[in-house]
Amino acid sequence: MKRSLKLLAAGMLGLAALGAQAQLTQAKVWAAACANCHGTNGYAQPGMESLAGKDKAELVQKMMDFKSGRKPATIMHQISKGYSDEQIQDIAAYFAAQKK
Amino acid sequence: MKRRQFVQTIAAGSALGSLGLVTGCATTGGGSGAHVVVVGGGFAGATAAKYVRLFSEGAVRVTLVEPNPSFISCPISNLVLGGVKNMDDITLSYDNLQKRHGVKLVRDMVTGIDAAKRTVSLAGGGSLSYDRLIVSPGIDFMWETLPGMAKAGAKDKVLHAWKAGAQTVALRKQLEAMPDGGVYALSIPRAPYRCPPGPYERACMVAHYFKQAKPKSKVVIFDANDDIQSKKGLFMKAWDEHYKGMIEYRPKHRVTDVDAATNTLKFEFNEDFKAAVANVVPNMRAGDIALKAGLANSDNRWCGIDFLTYESAVAKNVHVIGDAIQLAQRMPKSGHMANQHGKTCAAAVVSLLMGKEPPQLPLFANTCYSFVNAEDVVHVASVHRYDAEKKTMLTVPGSGGVSSAASELEGRYAMGWARNIWADTLA
Repeated sequence: MKRSLKLLAAGMLGLAALGAQAQLTQAKVWAAACANCHGTNGYAQPGMESLAGKDKAELVQKMMDFKSGRKPATIMHQISKGYSDEQIQDIAAYFAAQKK
Repeated sequence: MKRRQFVQTIAAGSALGSLGLVTGCATTGGGSGAHVVVVGGGFAGATAAKYVRLFSEGAVRVTLVEPNPSFISCPISNLVLGGVKNMDDITLSYDNLQKRHGVKLVRDMVTGIDAAKRTVSLAGGGSLSYDRLIVSPGIDFMWETLPGMAKAGAKDKVLHAWKAGAQTVALRKQLEAMPDGGVYALSIPRAPYRCPPGPYERACMVAHYFKQAKPKSKVVIFDANDDIQSKKGLFMKAWDEHYKGMIEYRPKHRVTDVDAATNTLKFEFNEDFKAAVANVVPNMRAGDIALKAGLANSDNRWCGIDFLTYESAVAKNVHVIGDAIQLAQRMPKSGHMANQHGKTCAAAVVSLLMGKEPPQLPLFANTCYSFVNAEDVVHVASVHRYDAEKKTMLTVPGSGGVSSAASELEGRYAMGWARNIWADTLA
């Protein structure tokens, strides 16, 4: 049991670390679904737009313009229509909060 | 006292139990954290391995078991057949999963799953224990539906090239060796199969090659389905514009057997067809390990799962992702979808290991680009949302669609997509 107590101590440190971490929020998981094209956490590879650290209002406006058809697109007008305005706000906030 | 028992003991007996997770240091491999084993490093499995590490901020240990030394991408592999890209362009390293994300890579094959003991056995001997298992077995072929393919040497002569790798190289060689004026026959299995638009793109890429190198040659597509399965109008337009008289499409042609010695396809209702190069894509089911482990509960073919967590319908603490799952309606078996399964499952697994409720509204897009020649590309896109009442994924009304026309701009986006999904999955 001595070994277990040691593990428990190590575990409590680990839990403290886990408590300090950012929550695994729904918005974070939604944003991860954009990464296939826009890079993990919004840091894109060449040929696609990075979303990390972009101004939230700007990101929201772009998505709303894709949605309304104001902004021409090859594909984003079709994808943006799959998201509610609130979901777009949440996802944009997540990307805006990433370091540029 | 074993680690898992210990975890259970403190989880049951302490105020920390609500978290249900004991973590060690956030570095790779060792430590006392919960352990996730991922079986298979394709688009789904590799993504899940990386995102369990990311979403748990390194608190959950991850071991990825994959027999292949490197990742070879099915998307873009048709361009290798067309001579536009080479194998190096679609071959990627697994190294960053270990170096950047602390995933432990085990180059081996899982041969058995013991869900009661929470262990997997390895072909190379030994076993691994897990707290949660993520199985990403991909597809294997229903060879029993093509009896002639059981003959010696048949599978080396009539190729599928539906798993990118050695077969891609071999089929390209067959096309190169084919004399001008020859006929390349491509047979498509009944849906569902991996990558619905893939065969039609392949026809374009082979015709693209013939147009340049063997202009008297032909592509004949035999489709077991009633019609073109994806981007119909766009493919028909491309065939007419770029490959008139070169590509012939024959729907409702179900291959029932193959004589590999003579490259002859036999059909349910139609005359036999002898080709110079026969490329038979057989009927598909979940990968072997899924069947062996009893996970393929849908017609002994696909794996039923809970779309909130991707946990198997038949085995607790075992999750199944990628092409092997029993799909929701209008959800294609694609690399893009597989990557999305990987993240959704990773989020659920991390939440469950922390004793928390998994995110309740999976929401993700599918995008699939197809090359109609070396530059011009068409896409299909859709957005899928979890429906709590129906407990399945539904497409969001009004979302999605296809390209208005093939374009070079989408050709650049297609390669941008490939670079990004490869990095998101592996780097």
